[in-house]
Amino acid sequence: MEVTNMMNMTGVPNMMGLPGLADMTGNFPRIPLGQWLEAAIDFLVTHLAPATRAFSAVTESGLNLLEAGLDALPPLLVIALVGLAAWRVTRKVGLGAFAVGGLALVWNMGLWQATMSTLALVLVATLLAVLVGIPLGIAAAMSDRARAVVMPVLDVMQTMPAFVYLIPAIPFFGLGKVAAVFATVIFAMPPAIRFTCLGIRQVPAELVECAEAFGTGRFQRLVKLELPLAAPTMLAGVNQTVMLALSMVVIAAMIGARGLGGEVWKAIQRLEMGNGFEAGIGIVIVAICLDRILQHVGKRVGS
Amino acid sequence: MAKIEIRDLTKIFGPAPEKALAMVRDGRPKDEIYKRTRHAVGVNRATFDVDEGEIVVVMGLSGSGKSTLVRCLNRLIEPTDGTVRIDGTDVTTLSVKDLRALRQRTFGMVFQNFALFPHRTVLENAAYGLEVMGPPRLDKSTRRDKAAQALARVGLGGWEAARPGQLSGGMQQRVGLARALALDPDILLMDEAFSALDPLIRRDMQDELLRLQDDVRKTIVFISHDLDEALKIGDRIVLMRDGAVVQVGTPEDILTSPADDYVARFVADVDIARVLTAGTVMKRSEAVAVLGVDGPRTALRKMRNHAIATLFVLDRNHKLVGLVTADDIAEHMAGGERDLAVIMRTDITTVSTDTPASELIPLMAGLPHPLAVTDERGRLAGVIVRGLLLGALAERGGNA
Repeated sequence: MEVTNMMNMTGVPNMMGLPGLADMTGNFPRIPLGQWLEAAIDFLVTHLAPATRAFSAVTESGLNLLEAGLDALPPLLVIALVGLAAWRVTRKVGLGAFAVGGLALVWNMGLWQATMSTLALVLVATLLAVLVGIPLGIAAAMSDRARAVVMPVLDVMQTMPAFVYLIPAIPFFGLGKVAAVFATVIFAMPPAIRFTCLGIRQVPAELVECAEAFGTGRFQRLVKLELPLAAPTMLAGVNQTVMLALSMVVIAAMIGARGLGGEVWKAIQRLEMGNGFEAGIGIVIVAICLDRILQHVGKRVGS
Repeated sequence: MAKIEIRDLTKIFGPAPEKALAMVRDGRPKDEIYKRTRHAVGVNRATFDVDEGEIVVVMGLSGSGKSTLVRCLNRLIEPTDGTVRIDGTDVTTLSVKDLRALRQRTFGMVFQNFALFPHRTVLENAAYGLEVMGPPRLDKSTRRDKAAQALARVGLGGWEAARPGQLSGGMQQRVGLARALALDPDILLMDEAFSALDPLIRRDMQDELLRLQDDVRKTIVFISHDLDEALKIGDRIVLMRDGAVVQVGTPEDILTSPADDYVARFVADVDIARVLTAGTVMKRSEAVAVLGVDGPRTALRKMRNHAIATLFVLDRNHKLVGLVTADDIAEHMAGGERDLAVIMRTDITTVSTDTPASELIPLMAGLPHPLAVTDERGRLAGVIVRGLLLGALAERGGNA
């Protein structure tokens, strides 16, 4: 009687006082899921070493080159170019002015180098995510079997908390920028895949039938009909990828990506609220500029 | 040999059509087959021919299987059973590669909702079929020339750079037609091609198609649910119900001798006077006078023998040149005239064989003698007397 009462009150069995129950749980050994995953990752780390090293080398050099290049550009020139691009692409003077003012503020706060570093990480991660994601999306659109494999994996990837991707990145690539790019690519890829697949599958059935009636081959159908019609949707996916990459690059500061995320992370550790918010505002400004410009590029392509 | 020979063509929708196919062969009705096997019969043992250069309209209500039937011809829908022969080659057994080549070179298809590619210009749309064609493929400038010619042919010269979205429905379908014509295919498949258009535009497009057909002489399979359209453009009509072919015949056949109650009800509302033509109501002239052979005396005797008061006069090439009446001859013979050419009247009204009966009625009203029907070379094809016309209309239940 007493036992059940205790259970009901706390909802948790009291192991110490209840030897019977302790025995019972002892009969269900803990499933060592974590150990298995660790073993799997260990296995992959060992056997994929040449591949990861090659990826590491290529990514690192590309990243350094891009960072150096962006850093070498005079801030005023970059600010003017981004402002002009924002204005020309969106045809909104306000957005151009916002871009100029925002980036000037970033420069003024002494966050210019960090911003360029973040931008380089985002660009490289996006490029890789798109290079892998779009072909996967095309495959998922063209084959039901590929789709049946890819879509559940994407569901898992998107439900998994972002931090978790940092963990496998470290054993593969060690702490640093490459691990950050890797985690970011994994995190940012799903929209590129999903939107590509969606865009292709949304091509009206009657247009596909018409292409068939004129004897179009499968590859021709993809190139001449499906990809052009899917392009606006695919660009919306790329836009999402960029946004996710930006958010992940900030989180990846925890494993050694520098940039604006690094500034935030530093501020958290040192409890410097002002510096942390300044870096946060910098991230928002970069995000708004990228998002608006890319959205309008998508609309241009669509019309 | 017919251009297209369709034999026992059957389409059953569903994963395991064998049982349903056996029931189709036993002649079981569509409803029963669906209840017993959960398989829908799309086309039920359709058999007919399409001759080179003719327009065959496949007609029926929605769900009668006409769109499925036409898609079985180029295997956009895979037939379950039966054969389709094009120039003697069985399409149903072609390999994927040969089928593609056949679609690229033999068929042009026009769709109900146009199915134009929105990201391509009008010219690029028209050139599409040439562009995807397997080797030997034309070079780009030739393709553009051919596409531009096809556009000009359908009256869209000058619109090459426009996007389909900028055009009206009628113009869009002209692009669809040009896209099919640019390939110069033997066969045009037109799936409810004009059904999405306004009535006035639809009529224009029908006229346009008939005009084009005079030039290009394609074998056309035209799907329609509109009987007026079928009667207007069809050389022959294939009537379908529940996937089966109910009747195949010329428009006049369908109107005047419907195969069953279904067809009869279908055609009940048709304005017969608009559909019957001079060619269908005329009769052969019983007697004529030939210029330079028959004199006035012979002409009079012919009239007397056939109890008629007028006689058409032809030249030696059977060309209609005039008309003589008994009264005129009597008058001139009193004056000693021996030549029919002098006696005959030359100001006579003639109609061609395809003049609609509705236009004949007012013409006949003021005419004291029979109406001459001539063929395209001006030869006498037949004559129409008033009683004959009205009789034909009354007999066929017209509401003219």
